[in-house]
Amino acid sequence: MATGVLAHDGHHSSAPPHVEPLPVAIGGQHSMGSVCDAIGDIATCVKPHPKNWYIVFGIGFTLAAGFLVAVTYLLTYGTGVWGINVPTAWGFAIINFVWWIGIGHAGTLISAILLLLHQRWRTSINRFAEAMTIFAVMCAGVFPLLHMGRPWLAYWLFPFPNNFAMYPQFRSPLAWDVFAVTTYGTVSVIFWYVGLIPDFGVLRDSAPTKIQRWAYGMLSLGWRGSAYHWRRYEKVYLILAGISTPLVFSVHSIVSFDFAVSIVPLWHATIFPPFFVIGAIFSGFAMVLFLALPLRKWYGLEDFITDWHIDNCAKVMLGTGMLVSYGYFCEVWMAWYSHSLYEADTTWQRLFGPYGWSYWTLIFCNFIAPQVLWYRPWRLNPYILFVVCVIVLIGMWFERYVIVITLTREYMPSMWGRYAPTVWDWLLYIGTFGIFFTFFMLFVRYVPMISITEMRELLPKSAGGQDGHSIAEGPP
Amino acid sequence: MSDVIEPKIYGLLAEYDRPDPLIEAIKKVRAEGYTKIDGYSPYAVAGIADALGFIKTEMATIMLCGGLVGSTSAFLMQWWTNAIDYPINIGGRASLDVFEFLKSWPSFIPITFEGGILTCALSGVFGLIAICGLPRPHHPLFNANIFSRCSRDRFFLSVEATDPKFDLEATKALLATLSPMSVTEVPA
Repeated sequence: MATGVLAHDGHHSSAPPHVEPLPVAIGGQHSMGSVCDAIGDIATCVKPHPKNWYIVFGIGFTLAAGFLVAVTYLLTYGTGVWGINVPTAWGFAIINFVWWIGIGHAGTLISAILLLLHQRWRTSINRFAEAMTIFAVMCAGVFPLLHMGRPWLAYWLFPFPNNFAMYPQFRSPLAWDVFAVTTYGTVSVIFWYVGLIPDFGVLRDSAPTKIQRWAYGMLSLGWRGSAYHWRRYEKVYLILAGISTPLVFSVHSIVSFDFAVSIVPLWHATIFPPFFVIGAIFSGFAMVLFLALPLRKWYGLEDFITDWHIDNCAKVMLGTGMLVSYGYFCEVWMAWYSHSLYEADTTWQRLFGPYGWSYWTLIFCNFIAPQVLWYRPWRLNPYILFVVCVIVLIGMWFERYVIVITLTREYMPSMWGRYAPTVWDWLLYIGTFGIFFTFFMLFVRYVPMISITEMRELLPKSAGGQDGHSIAEGPP
Repeated sequence: MSDVIEPKIYGLLAEYDRPDPLIEAIKKVRAEGYTKIDGYSPYAVAGIADALGFIKTEMATIMLCGGLVGSTSAFLMQWWTNAIDYPINIGGRASLDVFEFLKSWPSFIPITFEGGILTCALSGVFGLIAICGLPRPHHPLFNANIFSRCSRDRFFLSVEATDPKFDLEATKALLATLSPMSVTEVPA
C-alpha cells in the first residue's frame, strides 16, 4: 500500500499488518506544491483529459439535447403528453424530483456533517460531492416546475404583492417545499463557492494561459491568503456547515411531508421524515461512489481518493441501506399492528397487487444487493462496488415509484386506476441525466475537483502540512 | 495637509517554507511593537492568526443577526399575508387576532426556519467578502513576483510601510534576523 501519511486515530500505516491498514487520507509522497499540481493541472488542462471525458461529455450532451426535445414537446402540447391522470396525478414528476433531490443530500452530508464530526476523510470527496448536489438540485427543480404546466408562472409560488390580492397558503407542505428547495439550492451554491475561493486563488497563480489567470483571478475575488481572512473564512465555513446540517434534514423532511400530511394509507405515517432522509443519504452515497470510482481511475487520483474513502462510503451505504430496510419492515408491521383495514389492504396491494414486481425490485435493490458490502474485499473491488451503486440508485428510484403508485389502490375501488409513463416521461427523465453529466463533466474540466488548500492540511508537518489537524479542532 | 507622503513601497515581505518559523517571526515582530503586520499562508493555519492576536472573529455575530432577521421576517410575512391581508381560514384557524392565529403556529415554522438559514448563509458570505475587503484583484502584494508562490508552498510575513515603526533599513535588518528564506521590498 501507499506510504501512509495520516492515521485517523493514532494508527499509523507502519503498524503491524494485522492492524487495520486502511486509514490513509492522502497517499504518495506529496508536498504542498505537488498537491497543487496533481489537482490543479486537471482544471487548468495542463494534464490532458482522458478519452473517457469526451465520451461521457458526448453522451451527456446528447441526452441534454433529448431533454430539450422533451421540454419543447411538453410545452407545446401540455402535460397531457405524460402518463399522469387521476388518481396518479404526479407520476414521474414527483418520483424524479424526490430521487434527484435525495441524491443531492449526500453532498451536503459529506461537506457539512462530516466536517462537524471531524471526519478527515471527507476532505478529498467533498468538493465534487457538493458539485453533485448543485447539479442534482437543478435536475430536481425541473420536475415540479414543468409539472405546473405553465412554468413561466412559477413566480406565483412566492409571496409577492400582486393584483389578485392573493398569497400562497403557508399551512401547506407544498408551499414549504418552495422555500426549502430554493434555500437548499442557494445555500449549496454558497457553500460550494466559499470553499472554492482559495482554490481559485491557487489556480490564478499556477494557470499557464493569460485568460485562465484572469478568469480564475476574478473568481478568486483577489484571495491572497491573509491570516485574518483565513480565520474569518474558517469561521464562516464552519457555521455554514453547522446550518447546512439541519437544513438538509429539514429539506427532505419537508419533501416527505408532501406525502405524509395527506391522508392516503401508507403515506400518512410519522416514519416518513426520517425514512426519507436516510433514503436520500443512501442514494446520495451511491451516486458519490458512482462518480468517484471512475474519476479516480481516469485521472489517477488514487493518492487523494484512497481505499479508505471508498471503504467508508461503502460502509455508510451499507448502514443507511439497513436503516431504509428497517423502514420497509416498519411500514408492513404498522399496517398489521394498526388494525387499519385500509393500511392492511393497501400493503397487500403493494406487495402482491398489479405493481408488486416494483416492490420486490426495490427490496432486492435496497436490501439484498447491498449485503455484499459486509465483506471488505468486495467493498474494495471497484467493479463490484460500482454495480452495487447502480443497483442502489435504481432501487431508490423504485422506492419513490412504489410510494407514488400507492395512489392507484387506495380507499374506494371506484377510484382505483393504473399508471404508466409515456415515452415523454422517459425522455425527460433520461434527459436530466444529460443535464447532470454535462454540467458535471464541465465542472471536472474547469474547477479543481478536490480541495487543494484543504488537502494541504492533511500533509505531514515535515511536508509543511498540519498532520490533518483542521482548524476546526484547533484553539478557539 | 501636504506633508502626508505616499509611501513608495507597500512594505516588506519575509519568506518561509514552513508555518512554524513564520509563527515565531510574527511573535518577535509584534514584540518589537509593529502593528501593521500580516501572515500569508497557502492553507488555513490556526497558529498564524493566533500569533497575530486575531483570536475571535466577528463572523459568528454577523451570521446570527442575519439569521434572526431572516427568520423573524419570514414568520411576520406569513402572519401578515395569511392572517391580515388575506385571511385564509383552515380548520377555523385564521383571524386578525394574533392569539387565534397562533393556534396554528407549528405550520409556520418550516418557512421561518428556512428563511433564517437562507439569510444566515447570505449574511455570512457577503459579510466575509465585505469585511475582508474583497473582491480586490489588484492588491499591491501581487506586485512582488515572489508572492505568487504564497498560493503554492510558501508562507509570508508582511510589514506594511504605513506602520508607525516602519523604517526601511531597520525593519529589513530586523526581518533578516528572523531566519527567512528571503526579504523582498514590495512596490506600492
